[in-house]
Amino acid sequence: MRKLISIVLTAVMAVASVLAFTGCSGNAGGEAASSFKVGAIYINSKNDTAGYTYAHHKGITEAMKQCGLDPEKDLYIVDNVPEDDEKVSQAIDQLAGDGCNIIFGISFGYLNAFDEAAKKPEYADIVFSHATGYLSNDSNFNNYFGRIYQARYLAGIAAGYKSLALGNNEIGYVSAWGTEYAETCSGINAFALGAQSVNPDAHVNVYEIYTWGDQEKERQAAEILIDTYGCCVIAQHCDSAQPQIVANEKGVFGCGYNSDMTKEAPESHLCAPVWNWDVYYATAIKAAMEDHTTFMTKVGNYYEGLNAGLVGVSELSANNEPEAQEAIDLATDLMKSGNWDVFSGVKLSFSGEKGAVTMAQADADLVDNTGAVIVAAGGASVDDGVIQGSMNYYVEGVTQVNSAE
Amino acid sequence: MAELEVITLFLFSVIVYSIPLLYGTAGEIMIEKSGSLNLGVEGTMAIGAVTGYVVACRTNSLFVGVLVAFLAAAVVGAAFAFFTVTLQANQNVTGLTITTFGVAFYFFLGNGLSNSAGGWPMLGDTTLAAQFAGIEIPLLSKIPVIGKVLFSHNILVYLAVVIAVLMWLYFAKTVPGLKLRSIGENPGAADSLGINVTLYKYIHIMLGSGIMGIGGLYMGLNMGGTFEGSNCWINGYGWIAIALVIFANWSPARAIVGTVVFGLFNSLRVYNVAFATTFPGALGWLNKIPAHFFSALPFIITLIVLILSSMRKNSSSGEPAAIGRNYYREDR
Repeated sequence: MRKLISIVLTAVMAVASVLAFTGCSGNAGGEAASSFKVGAIYINSKNDTAGYTYAHHKGITEAMKQCGLDPEKDLYIVDNVPEDDEKVSQAIDQLAGDGCNIIFGISFGYLNAFDEAAKKPEYADIVFSHATGYLSNDSNFNNYFGRIYQARYLAGIAAGYKSLALGNNEIGYVSAWGTEYAETCSGINAFALGAQSVNPDAHVNVYEIYTWGDQEKERQAAEILIDTYGCCVIAQHCDSAQPQIVANEKGVFGCGYNSDMTKEAPESHLCAPVWNWDVYYATAIKAAMEDHTTFMTKVGNYYEGLNAGLVGVSELSANNEPEAQEAIDLATDLMKSGNWDVFSGVKLSFSGEKGAVTMAQADADLVDNTGAVIVAAGGASVDDGVIQGSMNYYVEGVTQVNSAE
Repeated sequence: MAELEVITLFLFSVIVYSIPLLYGTAGEIMIEKSGSLNLGVEGTMAIGAVTGYVVACRTNSLFVGVLVAFLAAAVVGAAFAFFTVTLQANQNVTGLTITTFGVAFYFFLGNGLSNSAGGWPMLGDTTLAAQFAGIEIPLLSKIPVIGKVLFSHNILVYLAVVIAVLMWLYFAKTVPGLKLRSIGENPGAADSLGINVTLYKYIHIMLGSGIMGIGGLYMGLNMGGTFEGSNCWINGYGWIAIALVIFANWSPARAIVGTVVFGLFNSLRVYNVAFATTFPGALGWLNKIPAHFFSALPFIITLIVLILSSMRKNSSSGEPAAIGRNYYREDR
């Protein structure tokens, strides 16, 4: 009898803990059939409170509200889907079975499964939209991403002012990956160029943690950049706020990512490059709601930046140097105008006191950190394709401290 | 960048990141000495961490936080004892369930508080950071290198060492400690001598779990107290602690050494860079090793330790003979 009770109780406890895991994901049983349904496949949990999945989830729900849809009823989610073709295909089949009219996939590795699904005749009426990839077709499959490097350039300006004021040229950058991904690499380069536009001697020390998110590694990387390399500003391209918290603890400054991290690091945070994903999602959902057959002509492959409001920097905190806001505004206006972009043969430089900050443009070679010329002086910005896909070098003034070479 | 400073910072970091392991290992040793194998270290630490942190922030007191972390984890220990001692449930399954449950509870509470508009307490709004700050021990902390490495830590680092040493004394020098060890070796014989096996098991499982809980809180405070939706503070430390018990041969004193060895590899995966830059001649090769290897190193070492320790099964092993088996008086 006693054994029986114990088995039953253990079973109950096991079930209870499984329920605790899944307890919050309960809107699968959609009841009232709405006319338009949105499907989404997430790499992490939709209950995340920060980071990549959170930013996308927030964007999709806000965009749906803007389009008059109810995220509680009309949004179907499969979350915690790893980058595995079979798992992604299953998720797509599930969402298609739910009757979704448009399916978003937010992670790079969903690429092939999305490509395959878009080819299937039975899914011809569904719009497939994939973030950060490079595949698409003419009828129902696009990719989307944004010019986050433009926002990183702006954050670099804030960091440059700080380093100039502190008289310390060493800036740290905790990065998930280095030159393996154009996304991280272009971000580092743009940040460095931004910093150099204010402090020409600024030197960016990159520490690569080889994973998109691991709180402990992010913390240790920031510690070593500050303690050993003497960095006075810590920027980051990774999921958690640990690098900013470390900067706060150690009395240096920092630029976060994805959200305004001033609440995590009140004494040290300057500003963070942020995504406003709702800008894209509203565009996409609206277009698909009107007519899915014209989706690819109206939206197509989407790659916008500051001009569309897809990216930006969070509000500058009080920790910034007084000149930073004006310089950032000047650079923002210039980039929005479309007359200049980050990876071109024209360098910006900022000077002047608060209230009279001026921006100068000068032709100069854009060179990588081995001295090779990428864009000759006066040349136009490198192709979007390079920024999105093939950039695999650091610009001058960037060193990866833990490169395996 | 002074050479000596890099070494100092490295060793300092070793201590900082090995302390959660010491709490976990010491707690598990106490439980295993009573003859129970608790695989729920990860979950117990997670529960201690999240409850301790939330309460510490609300009360603005590190002492209360430590107390709550201890008590919450001890309650988890009591549940483990209830299932395995009173109800004779399988210890492995119960332990794994506690890990699953504990980590899920961590996310449940964290998500719940974060989603309700800033309900998650921020460390910066409290004076906890100051209470958790390093304490420079007079005179000793002035010694070059060693002073910074050993004598300038926060209060919970010293507490972990004190607990480990006291536990070693308890096992080796006191009568209750002797009785406890006898239960771990042969609960039937201990029972026949009039030792209350059930009571002893309950008390020590709860004590051991409580110690793990403090380790969890330490980890949370060390990470600055931010809750991330996809990554637990404990991050696998609980599992390494279970392996470390074997490495330490069930001795709390040896656990101190064992955790430092593991902390060494944990910090090396970051400091290899600093060493390679500072000593390009002697240690430049460190930068040539892929980072993934350093990340895998603690687990590779764990594997080697498990293989070696299973090879030298002899009388000097501190492994309790009755470990993992439930004691049921009528089966005697």
